[in-house]
Amino acid sequence: MIDLVGYGAFFLTTALIFSLVTLGLNLQWGLTGLFNVGLAGFVAIGAYTSALLTTPDDPTRLGGFGLPILVGWIGAMVVGGIAAALTGMATLRLRSDYLAITTFGVAVVVQLVALNAQKLTGGPFGIGFIPRPFGGLAETPLLFNLSNLAVVCAVTLMAYLALEHLSRSPWGRVLRALREDERAAISLGKSARFYRVQAFAVGGAIMALAGAMQAHFTGFIAPDNYLPILTFQVWVMLIVGGSGSNRGAVIGSILVWAIWAGSGTLTSVFFPPEQQARAASLQIVAIGVMLCVILLIRPNGLFGDRPLRTRLGKRKRIDTAKSGSNG
Amino acid sequence: MSLQFVVDGLLTGSMIGLGAIGVTLTYSILRFSNFAHGDFMAWGTYATLAVVSAIGAMFGKVAPIGPLSFGWPLLVALVVGMAFTALLALLLDKVLFSRLRSQGQAIIVVMASFGASMALRSLLEFTFTSRPTYFSRAIQIAMPVGFGIRITPDQIALLLLTATLVLGVHLLMTRTQTGRSMQALSQNAALARIVGIDVASVVRVTWIIGGALACVAGVMIGVLVQIRPFMGFDMLLPMFAAAILGGIGSIPGAVLGGLIIGLAEAGAVQLIGAEWRAAVSFIILMAVLFVRPIGLFGVRER
Repeated sequence: MIDLVGYGAFFLTTALIFSLVTLGLNLQWGLTGLFNVGLAGFVAIGAYTSALLTTPDDPTRLGGFGLPILVGWIGAMVVGGIAAALTGMATLRLRSDYLAITTFGVAVVVQLVALNAQKLTGGPFGIGFIPRPFGGLAETPLLFNLSNLAVVCAVTLMAYLALEHLSRSPWGRVLRALREDERAAISLGKSARFYRVQAFAVGGAIMALAGAMQAHFTGFIAPDNYLPILTFQVWVMLIVGGSGSNRGAVIGSILVWAIWAGSGTLTSVFFPPEQQARAASLQIVAIGVMLCVILLIRPNGLFGDRPLRTRLGKRKRIDTAKSGSNG
Repeated sequence: MSLQFVVDGLLTGSMIGLGAIGVTLTYSILRFSNFAHGDFMAWGTYATLAVVSAIGAMFGKVAPIGPLSFGWPLLVALVVGMAFTALLALLLDKVLFSRLRSQGQAIIVVMASFGASMALRSLLEFTFTSRPTYFSRAIQIAMPVGFGIRITPDQIALLLLTATLVLGVHLLMTRTQTGRSMQALSQNAALARIVGIDVASVVRVTWIIGGALACVAGVMIGVLVQIRPFMGFDMLLPMFAAAILGGIGSIPGAVLGGLIIGLAEAGAVQLIGAEWRAAVSFIILMAVLFVRPIGLFGVRER
């Protein structure tokens, strides 16, 4: 029974950290319409930044500055936000696809740096001894897991409330206006690029925070944690939950993580150990197909901002017909 | 610095360029960046490999042609593989992309291509495992051709094949009615419809050319390097960078962009080290986006 509670707490902690990433993506994609296919890179930036700031001194690489965990998290958000802002500034004046390709490139480069810049990131072996909040409680796993869960819950709730507030604020209304009808919003004197860079940066900072939290709960990070599969998982979470809705982002994350972890457990029960890797790739196939099916039959997911979309959906179609005739 | 990097660069550049032709055509005609293009490459290569093994099982061991490492089975298999990859692209378009396109949200199509890419790649991993495999394990002796450059017969044959294909596609695009229809659709879709261009058939031709060339590029990687499920995905960033560097929609641009990136990568491998190779395309991509986002031969979008 105690084991079950402990596992439940561990599961929810991971799921909520995922939902934090999804919330960041929802701000970028759901609210602003910015396509980020390299979010694993921003999560990794956060994780490595916080790890460098908080780990004890290590002679084989830069730093280990031994700062408090909170400083690490704030540092992660700052660096993640700056990285996202730079990416946005480079590409947001161009077509939306260019942002997609660039973010994809960011993830590739971050992965390269994590693997090869031994002096900075510890290379393929990653960084260990990352201080854990409530590390003193590690003797009693249940208490440790529950206190971790409490912290993650608090941070996710804060992010959720802040984002809800932001999306209803004038700032959020501008973003939504830009997403739905860019020309009208610009004619009202709003600088599209400026607002989008801001949204992209805030989203990147939230993703980096999530990466940092994950790093501090596992105590160890390596380049393998931030492969494209992470980007893919988070996208599925957002699409299932419904892009545009923060509630959808959180619930979608928990749901998809439950499916993912559950099917992972099933394959480890039903497949012999030497077939595990193959079974895992089948799992990815299933989720990839699921993503495409949802996009086809229910593009708004479970909680997508449907009323807005259906009303504007029609106008959008006319809009694309018009832009088709222009270019 | 030895001049060997020129040969290496031209070869890598040919692979990137052949792939980038498909990317640039999809982007300019169907108006989305196809993240599954790399996986067309990998699927084509595995299909070719399967046909090669099937021929090997039927006819026994076939002697290679002259000094090359492969015989006629690979050439036959390559043609079958190209047809297979084209069909795969057409199928994916019918099942997924065309339906989403008709909903009119271009970026959703990009998302779907990302999902499809993940599924396709993992399906390859499931079927063939992630262990690398080869067309031939024979080692070729590289011939010195002066200036410290060495080249193998395979490499010469594949460079010639690339040149022929690029010339062929270029002639198709500029000298035939189909090619002109494709250009018309990429420049002004609405006007192209008005003058009665059959959009559906242009879309089909686009996928066929893109898929077939992706297969050739994949087989080149297979012959010269190795075959892995991730081989196409790893080429994605160089291909996008080449298409943007050359200017979206331009076939000579895509090939030239591919060659430039290939040469830059090969130079970087010599100067900095092989582990940073993948960063080269990103740096070139960022430079193009900052300095000249329409690329070398691009036309400004309205």
